Amino acid sequence: MENQQAKSFWHYFKRRRMAVGGLVMIVIMFLIAGLASFLAPYDPGKTDVSVKLKPPSLQHNVGTDQLGRDVFSRMLYGSRISLSVGFVAVGISIFIGILIGAVAGFYGGWVDSLLMRFVDTMLCFPSFFLILTVVALLGPSIFNIMVVIGITSWMGTARLVRAEFLSLRERDFTQAAKALGVKDPRIIFRHILPNALAPVFVSATLKVASAILVEAGLSFLGFGVQPPVPSWGNILTEGRTYIFDAWWLTVFPGLAILITVLSFNLLGEGLRDALDPRLRGRR
Amino acid sequence: MASFITRRFLQLLITLIGISIISWVIITQAPGSPIALTIDPKVSPKIVEQMMKNYDLDKPIQQQYYLWLKKLFTGQLRSFKDGRPVMEKINERIWNTLLLNLVATIIIFSLAIPLGVFSAKRQYSFLDNLGTFGAYLGISAPSFWLAYLLILGTVELFGYPVLGMRSFVTENFTTAEIVMDRIWHLMLPSIILAIGGLAGLSRYTRSSMLEVVRQDYVRTAKAKGLPEESVYYKHALRNALLPIITIFGFLIPDLIGGSIIMESVFAWPGIGRLSYQAVLARDYPVVMTILSISAVLTLIGNFIADILYGIADPRIRYQ
Repeated sequence: MENQQAKSFWHYFKRRRMAVGGLVMIVIMFLIAGLASFLAPYDPGKTDVSVKLKPPSLQHNVGTDQLGRDVFSRMLYGSRISLSVGFVAVGISIFIGILIGAVAGFYGGWVDSLLMRFVDTMLCFPSFFLILTVVALLGPSIFNIMVVIGITSWMGTARLVRAEFLSLRERDFTQAAKALGVKDPRIIFRHILPNALAPVFVSATLKVASAILVEAGLSFLGFGVQPPVPSWGNILTEGRTYIFDAWWLTVFPGLAILITVLSFNLLGEGLRDALDPRLRGRR
Repeated sequence: MASFITRRFLQLLITLIGISIISWVIITQAPGSPIALTIDPKVSPKIVEQMMKNYDLDKPIQQQYYLWLKKLFTGQLRSFKDGRPVMEKINERIWNTLLLNLVATIIIFSLAIPLGVFSAKRQYSFLDNLGTFGAYLGISAPSFWLAYLLILGTVELFGYPVLGMRSFVTENFTTAEIVMDRIWHLMLPSIILAIGGLAGLSRYTRSSMLEVVRQDYVRTAKAKGLPEESVYYKHALRNALLPIITIFGFLIPDLIGGSIIMESVFAWPGIGRLSYQAVLARDYPVVMTILSISAVLTLIGNFIADILYGIADPRIRYQ
């Protein structure tokens, strides 16, 4: 049965060329991030003022910055920041979302009402501004950024998991487990949760995309990963002073962010369509 | 209908209390918060004293919360930076932001809905696929990057300044030129601010249309021989647009978040830039007031959207 489902999922997924393209790009991005130290032609921190602000050339294929550092090497290392912030932040957010959604959906009643009002409340805050404020309070560091994005973006997951739980807890297998005297946590995590994970997985993919954008936005405002550690956002920020003299400092890091975020968005949409039987026939 | 509104209103009140508690917790209890700084020896005693007074730190905790709330609503909170009432500072800037967001919202709605309907009508055509890909690009591109590309492009092409609300030297301008100058400075940030919403809403309209045109009543309308145009724009579109009412509420937090970045890029003197400057200067009364006001505005926006939706679609009232 499991195998059959996986097969049919793959059958529908691989027909979505844009989503497969996104998946391939993500794998490539991971390889780049992992192998940055082998792939980088220069040390990303090495300054050389004799070649500062040089346009793309054979020696420096996407040019150099105001300190003569090789932008291509800096971008290769910068991919690590974007990907790790994306994944860890979403991991935290999914964890909180599942916990709150599962408890609300499984127990219902006043527990559910209380938790859902909490979700409503959190959703009212403009998330980017809230993240900016809290990161500024705690001080910008990669760890703080991951945690703050994580604890301010779990609401969607919680609603999703709650809705799944509300319907799954009425199903026969849950009732059977209850009748057998299985303890609540075991019913929640072993019996119901595995059946509710597919939509969570889809939304997680899309959330990685938005987490990467948030990190870039924070870096842009000076509250991201601090220089000299390179991230795509802070290469862009340092480059904006020279925008009319050195366009490559603006164009290429932005393009890297765009391609990565686009890949996650395409993959997420493709997964959603392939996992949703109602959408399958449409294409 | 009355019970529906009452129920929603009760939820609104609970959420409002939640917003005030979360705002207060962030400002007073988070590590690195201004209150935690009062025990930092590097902070000058003058500021510490001001903060003690601002947050009534010598009182018991529930009273601290109550007094903070009272100050927030009566507009007594003062900026750390220049000691002026926070409300006065916000009032100076908020109209510029509203202008920017109003133009952005008009751009979003006037383009997204026709685009979405067009895509749905020609599902899987070349133009529809182009639209889908374009929407993905619009959602995925960092807005500040697009803004810089636009600045780079327009300045290279026209050689005309784009930052701020108007050009610096306008003495020898005619009235018409001044108006054109204002519109020019307004258009660029509005366009960038609108891109994300435009991409999202046009896709939303498309899928909503696709869902509606499969309904029985649309088939009936077609079967009784109504012209295609009339079926699409009268019968289908009205129903497809119903869920879009609820999007109005969700637009507010996105526009506020977007304003912070856009106003910083374009040096637009609005509330977003004020918030960013306040965050940089650690001017917490300003930051927290803007954060709370935005949350309350979003809450009210959602509430109004819910009620409107309930009026427009009776099925919603009985959920």
